[in-house]
Order: sequence, then structure tokens, then C-alpha cells
Amino acid sequence: MRNGFSVFLAVFIALGLSWCGFVLGSAKQLGTAKQAAVLNSSDTWPLQRTGDATLGLQVYLANGCAACHTEQVRQDGVVCDVVLTAAGKKPTVVSNLVSTLKLTGLTREEADADSDKISAAGGTVETHVVATGADISRGWGIRRSVAADYLYDYPVQLGSLRAGPDLANIGTRDPDLNWQLVHLYAPQALVKGSAMPPFRFLFEVRKINPGDAPSPDALKFPKDFALPAGCEVMPTPEAKQLAAYLLSLRQDAPLYEAPFTPLMSKP
Amino acid sequence: MNADKQSEIPGGASVLASRIDASCRVPLLALFGGAALWLVAGLALSLVAIMTFHKPDMFADCPFLTYGRAQAAANDLLLYGFGIPAGLGVMLWIFARLSQAELALPLVPVVAANIWHLGVLVGTVAILLGDSTGFAWLEFPRGSSVLLFAAFMLIAVSAVATFGARRERELYPSHWFLLAALLWFPWIYSTANLFLLAHHPVRGVAQLAIDSWFANNLVFVWLALVGVGTAFYFLPKLAGRPLQSHYLALFSFWTLILFGTWCGVPQGAPLPAWMPAASAVASSLLIVPLIAIAVIACKTVCGANVTCKGGPLCHVKFGTAAFILSGLMLVASGCPQILRIVEFTWFGPAQAQLQILGFFAIVMCGVIYELLPRVMGFGLPFPKFVRLQHWLFMLGIVLWAGSLAVGGVEQGMKLNNPQTAFADSTAVALIFLRAGTTGLLFILLGSLLFAANIFAMTLKWKIARLKSLLAAVKAPLETAPASASLRRDQEVKS
Repeated sequence: MRNGFSVFLAVFIALGLSWCGFVLGSAKQLGTAKQAAVLNSSDTWPLQRTGDATLGLQVYLANGCAACHTEQVRQDGVVCDVVLTAAGKKPTVVSNLVSTLKLTGLTREEADADSDKISAAGGTVETHVVATGADISRGWGIRRSVAADYLYDYPVQLGSLRAGPDLANIGTRDPDLNWQLVHLYAPQALVKGSAMPPFRFLFEVRKINPGDAPSPDALKFPKDFALPAGCEVMPTPEAKQLAAYLLSLRQDAPLYEAPFTPLMSKP
Repeated sequence: MNADKQSEIPGGASVLASRIDASCRVPLLALFGGAALWLVAGLALSLVAIMTFHKPDMFADCPFLTYGRAQAAANDLLLYGFGIPAGLGVMLWIFARLSQAELALPLVPVVAANIWHLGVLVGTVAILLGDSTGFAWLEFPRGSSVLLFAAFMLIAVSAVATFGARRERELYPSHWFLLAALLWFPWIYSTANLFLLAHHPVRGVAQLAIDSWFANNLVFVWLALVGVGTAFYFLPKLAGRPLQSHYLALFSFWTLILFGTWCGVPQGAPLPAWMPAASAVASSLLIVPLIAIAVIACKTVCGANVTCKGGPLCHVKFGTAAFILSGLMLVASGCPQILRIVEFTWFGPAQAQLQILGFFAIVMCGVIYELLPRVMGFGLPFPKFVRLQHWLFMLGIVLWAGSLAVGGVEQGMKLNNPQTAFADSTAVALIFLRAGTTGLLFILLGSLLFAANIFAMTLKWKIARLKSLLAAVKAPLETAPASASLRRDQEVKS
């Protein structure tokens, strides 16, 4: 082909196809996304982060935390569990029936069939929707991550490598502020053999004046951690913001595209 | 048509060729000099970053070298600092040679190269200071992006002007690859910057979709366009046989840009289902251009009566093989069953490292060794380094990318088994990471040899230029008395 322009035009179209798909397509489909409705509730999702947590996201990305941590939970699918809540008037019949049935890891149809049988015998049942998968079994989340979870984040820090554990729900998994701060200062003090670099530059070690009480903000270490005598470790504002961001990470609302049955706290 | 058109025109061709080469001299030195420096710096930073996995608290008190920052800066240095300017320099030379014309506007790429390297410097310092944008492969902040974009456009102007002034109207397959690369980088780079870093960035996970599209198109497609385009020019030239065949080359070009551009959206990502699905289909179709490129390379090189002995041909051959392997890794990641294991493991970084270092860097180094002596008009100062670097790179890549990939698979198997503690998956990856560090060290040594050759050549050329300048300064002084005496004579006469 001798004509440079026709080459240019053909290449332009071939390359432009993927641009139309992934750039225009995603901007059109996701760019105007709004808050999602939480299932069986009038609440919306996600929640806006607090000011400190929003600033903490900037500390998170400045130090490249996403190089080793993902913020996304995968799931294989969902199963239904049938849970007996009341045995009714004929408890022995119901309990005999229940002992013959498979009640966990069911499809929707099997669960419906089981609950029909138990209801016919006089028992009261609930069907719980439960997500499955390796990430869920590890306790990293109760459902998969969906687009709505990241609506307010800029920049979205999903990450692509798990050199460290997933952080999508770190705010519900380790809700202790002191634990988070100590872990940032000395990860190996809390997790033996951790490969995480300590972020000591986010903290300030200072001497306690004799007679003064330690600052209430100072980090409280486990007993076997050797800190220089007469010193305390104070978090800088960046460390506090980063910890606030970590504690704000949670994906625990049931949504239409990622349903699950929230477990009620036991009485 | 042969890649080396010079050989078809005996006699005057060599004069023209040396004029073309001379016209590229200053722009290429400006591009390659900085590229060599950034290659060494990037690999050194990679090594610094990987040290965290040997001794976690090594940089606990030094925010600039903490893993997340050093790693991002190292990756960007290798890609933006070394890869793109080296590719652009080689592209300018190939365009001039294929056009049978001197480089058009030779001053423009010199200025552009300096702007580019300034942009890389600003961006890297910003990342190390904690001013990264947080998007993978787009970490340089806006100010630096503007410099890079402007520099690229300037070089593109010179390249297109050279292309427009071509005397040989027929297009060679390399033209297609390189012209597409010239068009594609400004397109994807401006898109990523405008949609992700401008005043009103897109919301939520649309950022992820655009960033992964951008990253794949830069790291896989752009490097493939330039690297394979270059290989299609140099393989026939070095092997002394014509490219087998042009039609297959064009076929691989079209399939590469049609399928390759759609890859890269992660399968498990929280995105609308059609995006990962489209990406999975595209990455399985990517096998077509990969096979085509492999067939072309094999048929062109096999049967050639040339022994490469670690020379440029060896570099390009190894690089092409690494490209096929890196492409196959991408194809594998598109397959849901395999991705379940390797997602979120070191397998992904292994593919990127293989693509950038194993394929692109080694092709570029080999090609620069081949063309720089022609451009400069004198031989390499350390010709033995070429072979040594080839071995160091080859061994290093196999160790580095190989152990990351195998470690990634091991890590993924443990990660996917919830009965195994998470710490076990980290521990098994650590063993491989530590083994791979040796490979990275070899690559760093190889890059030092490359930089030594480039800098020694630059120095030699600068000294020669200084000498000729001195001679030029001295010359009028010698003739001055003569002219003065002439003037005196005239005064006497009047």
C-alpha cells in the first residue's frame, strides 16, 4: 500500500475500537454511577469517608501501599443455608425431619423445597444467602467487591498483588486503632515473619519527661516489645490519617448485585 | 523488498547512508544517553525495592526508599526513562533509513529528548517524595506528564516529516508498526491523563477500567509495536535474508492491534461483566498474532548463514522469543481457570518484567549496538561488552522473571486454598523473590556495560568535536597575520 493516509485511517479505526469500548464505554456506564440501595433497608451505599480517612487515602497512595495490598474480595458464588428458627407445635417431628435433610450449601430451589417441607411440618425457617470462595473463607470479606464500593474513592486503590493480605474489610477485621498504629510502626511485633516494611518515618519517638505521665496518644505495645527506656512513640498526623483510612475500609452492606444475609448479633 | 535497501543500490548508496546516519547523530545521542542512565537508575531502584523482601526494616526510617515508592519509581524509570526514548531513537533512525532521506528537522528531537528526560526526572523525584498519582504505570504527576507529552509530539513531528519526505514510496512492514506506535502513545497517554488526572476525573471503578486499558496498551501493545517493528527491520538485515513474508507481517500487525488493545482488564475486578469478558476473548485471540510473529521470526532467521556469537542478532532473537513468551503469559492470564490461580500473585509482575526487560530492553540494546557505530562513524569502545551483556541479560531475565513467575504460581496455589495460612503464601513467594534478586543483579551489571559503551562513545565524540572546534578557533589566528599584512599592504598602496 502506497497511500500513507489510508494506512493512517485504518490504523486509527482499529486502535480506536478499544478506546470506544473501554474508555467511552466505562465512562458512560460507570461515570454517572450513583449510590446503591442496601437490600431490605432504606440506607444507601457507600458511606462517605470522614475527613481524616479521606486524607489517609493520600498517605496510602503516597507510600504505594497498593503495590502489595489489594482492596477487592473475590467470590465463587452464593449458596443458601436453611436455618430453623422455631420448631412449632410438633418439635419431635420437625427435628426428625431436619436431621434427614441437607440444610447448608444449597441452591435456591433446594432451599425452597427444604423450607416448604419444614413449614409443612409446622417449623419456622429462614433462608440465609451466603457467599463462598477462598477469600470469603479466609475471612477477608462476607461478599464480593462490587463497583458501588468504590464510588467515592479517588484514586481507586484496588491493587493487583497480594504480597500482603487483602484490605477491603480491614476496618471490620481489625477495628482496633492502637493495633493498626503499632502494626504500621513495627509489623513484625504483631505478625511474626511479616514481610511488611515498618513505616517508622510516620512516627516520632520522644523522651518522656521524668515525672510526666505518658501521652494518651502514645502507642501501646505488646509486653515483649523492646522500646528504649523512658521513651514513647507518637503517631504523626499522617499516621493517624492512614489508620483512620484503614479503619474506614469495609464492604459489609448487602447489595442487589452482591447479596448475603447479614447475621444478627446473638442475643 | 529487502529491509536493507542500501544493498540494492550500489555505489552512491553508501555515501547517502552515511549522510543519513550523520543526520541522526545528535538526536540519537541525546535520546540514548539519557535512556542508558535511566536504565541503570531504574534497575538500581528495583534492587533497592526488592531489598525490602530480604530485610523488611532496611528503609523503615527513609520515606523516599520505602517499597511502594521505590518500586513505582523503578518501573516508571524502566518504561518511561529507558523504554520509550530508546524506542523513539531507534524509530527515527529506521524511518530515515527506510525513507532514504536524512532526518527531517534534526534539532527538534534534540530539544524533545532533553524535555523528555527532564520530565522523567521530575516525575521520578515526585514519586520518591510521595507525590505519586496512585495509578499503575501512570504514577508521574501532571506536570511531568505535560513535559513527556510535549516531547513525544515533537519527536513524532520529526519522525512524520522524515516519513513524508521519503524517496522510496513503498511501505515496509516496520513502517506500519512504528507509525501505529507514533499514533497510539499520544492517544492513550492523553486519554489516561485527561480521564484520570484532570480536574474532573471519572468516578469510582471507571478509573480502574481506564487505567488497566492504558497500562496494557502501553506496556504490552506499545512496546510490542515498537519492539516487533524494530525486530522486523533488523532480523532480515542481520540475518542477511528477506523478511518471510510481508503478508504475514501485515497480518500479525492487524491482529495485534485489533486483539492486543482489548486485553488487560482483570477478570475478577468489580467491573461490569462485559469488560472482563471482552478482555478474556481478546486475550485468547492474541495467540493468532503471536504465532504469526513467531513464524516470521523463525523463517527469517532459520537457514541464515550467520553466526551471531552474542552480537546484535542474538539480542534481537532472544528478545523476540521473550516477547512470544510474555504474550503467552498474557494469553494464559485471560483464561479464567489459570487466572484463578495467578491473579494477585507475582505472576503479573513477572509478565511485565519479561515484557520490559526480557523483550524490549534486550532488543533495544542489541539494535543500538548495531546502529550506533554507523551513526557515530567509529566502532564501539568496548566491543567485548556486547557479548558479555547478552549473557548477563539472558541469564538475569531467566532467573528474575522465571523465579517471579514460578513463585507466583506457587503463591497462587496456596492463596486459593483457604486451609493454608496466608503467611505460607507469602513465605513461599519470598523464597523465589530472594532467588530472583541474583537475576536482577545480573541485569543491572549488564546495563552498566551498556551505559559504559554509550557514555564512552558520547565522550569520544564530544572530545573529537572539541578538538575540531579548537582547530577551527585556531585556524583564523594562523591566517590572521597574513590578512593583516595584506591590509597593511593595501593601506601602503593607497
